[in-house]
Amino acid sequence: MTAAEGTLPLAPEHGRAQAPPRARRGRAQSPAPHAEAGQERPASASAPAGAAVVQRQALRWHTRTFRWPAVRAFLLSTVAYPTAGIAVLLALWWLGGWAIASNDDVVAFAGFAPAPAFAALADMVASGEVWGTIFPSLYRIGMGLLWAFLIGVPVGVAIGLSAALREVTHVPFQFLRMISPLAWMPIAVLAFATWDGAIVFLIAVAAVWPVLFSTAQGVRRIDPLWFKVARNLGADGWQMLRRVIMPAIGQDIFAGLRLAVGVAWIVLVPAEYLGVTSGLGYAINDARDTLEYDTLAAIVVVIGIIGFLLDGMCVSLIKHFSWRQAD
Amino acid sequence: MSANVSVDFITHTFKGQSAPTLKDIALNIHPGEQVALIGRSGCGKSTLLHMLAGLTVPTEGCVHIRGHTVTRPSAKWNMMFQKPSLYPWMTVRRNAELGLLFAGCRDTARIDALLELVGLADKADANVQSLSGGQQQRVALARSLATSPELLLLDEPFSALDAFTRATLQDEVSRIARQEGLTLVIVTHDIDEAVAMADRVLIMAANPGRIAGEMAIELPAPRERASAEYSRAREALMTTFDGLVGDGRGGAAAQRTDAAGAPQREAA
Repeated sequence: MTAAEGTLPLAPEHGRAQAPPRARRGRAQSPAPHAEAGQERPASASAPAGAAVVQRQALRWHTRTFRWPAVRAFLLSTVAYPTAGIAVLLALWWLGGWAIASNDDVVAFAGFAPAPAFAALADMVASGEVWGTIFPSLYRIGMGLLWAFLIGVPVGVAIGLSAALREVTHVPFQFLRMISPLAWMPIAVLAFATWDGAIVFLIAVAAVWPVLFSTAQGVRRIDPLWFKVARNLGADGWQMLRRVIMPAIGQDIFAGLRLAVGVAWIVLVPAEYLGVTSGLGYAINDARDTLEYDTLAAIVVVIGIIGFLLDGMCVSLIKHFSWRQAD
Repeated sequence: MSANVSVDFITHTFKGQSAPTLKDIALNIHPGEQVALIGRSGCGKSTLLHMLAGLTVPTEGCVHIRGHTVTRPSAKWNMMFQKPSLYPWMTVRRNAELGLLFAGCRDTARIDALLELVGLADKADANVQSLSGGQQQRVALARSLATSPELLLLDEPFSALDAFTRATLQDEVSRIARQEGLTLVIVTHDIDEAVAMADRVLIMAANPGRIAGEMAIELPAPRERASAEYSRAREALMTTFDGLVGDGRGGAAAQRTDAAGAPQREAA
């Protein structure tokens, strides 16, 4: 018994606190290696009861380093579930393509099916043509979002801080927000010397609102005591902005930017239908005019992938600037 | 280091109200003295404390701290609130040194010493959200002390803590204030807290907010809560309090309770 007591303090404390349900399951699934690990301990030789305790100890150690349920959950969420989702989407696409191909009236559009589309995509990537299509679009998106950010964040902070400014801007902002960005098109074309300038303007006009309102909302949610404490510690206006307001609303700003990316990406393609001779929207229009439906479908796939990646970037920015502790 | 505080005939009426919240408050607090302001909710004690901190400007009268007229907040007269209000995106150390950061003079050695003083040296790099309520309030204390204030103002800072943590922190803050020679003003609605910490208790009455009376607590520090003197002081304060502001439940009734002795109820 003394041997058993002697080994007890070896138990990892938090391992004990958090492991029991997992440890039990882990043991049920693969008992053999644990038992062997337990018998390697010298204390187990002295008394049978001691061996049992040591064995249990070894189980805890072992299950702490490799917990199958946790690994399984990780694999499911990062590999299995997304793969299943993609598979369902591809299956629906394939079914659509099959329906088109088997209908004599629309068989000319059979290029929309997955196989021709991916073949066209492979060609575009191999020839490098796809990069020349993507970059102008990314540049316009980037500039539009930059302007949305540069205008939306300061204005959002200002209307978040000032109730009067919020009241004054409420009607004009809600009015402007509801105008479809594409309705600005004729004005943008007149006002800007270049097509690029006009498209950047349209994207900025669409993307500024989510950034602005999310920033303002973030400022309004700041605990008033944080202001009081900072003032009490001698913070001036600039220090308050830099040390309290901006860190407090970082995640709100980027949550707004995430919405803005979605909106900007939607506005980009129709904006590129007109005037310009580069970019994803132009490429779609061009493919339609030349009846290259496989290329058209390939560009749609490219748009989806880039949008997905941009969204992922925003999510990691939100996580980076989030101070709320994960549960 | 410590400052004397004089309050010169403060009258304050909040915007949109006709009756004054505070009327003709005049008091003098000696350097290094520990004063408690007690009173029922709504008697204006917290408003008065905000004026000492410069967070509220009185409509009439003014506050002088060591001869300076208080017009705005300063790190030299620092306030602690009921909520620790730490900044969750900063570590414990960063929170504690914030006042110094604002003043543009970071001092790592001083922060280390302060975290040692409040017993959180091993948590310096922890996320403040992982700390208990008592530990968070200790960080807030370190943050308040970092700027070497002359005057520490406490607005019911321990009322959200459990009884044991509260008693420990009352003793610690009192000891640290004496050690550093700080003048201490604590607003509370807890008679026990006043007896545990104050040299002098000011009793405030409401409508309009005024100082109805005061009582000296002449007990040696640290205060022994189990001692007979402590119980007597507590009872005396309770009696004085009920005599002065017992009007909440009808003056006569309160007086009778006093005469019967042992009015063992909270004054808030």
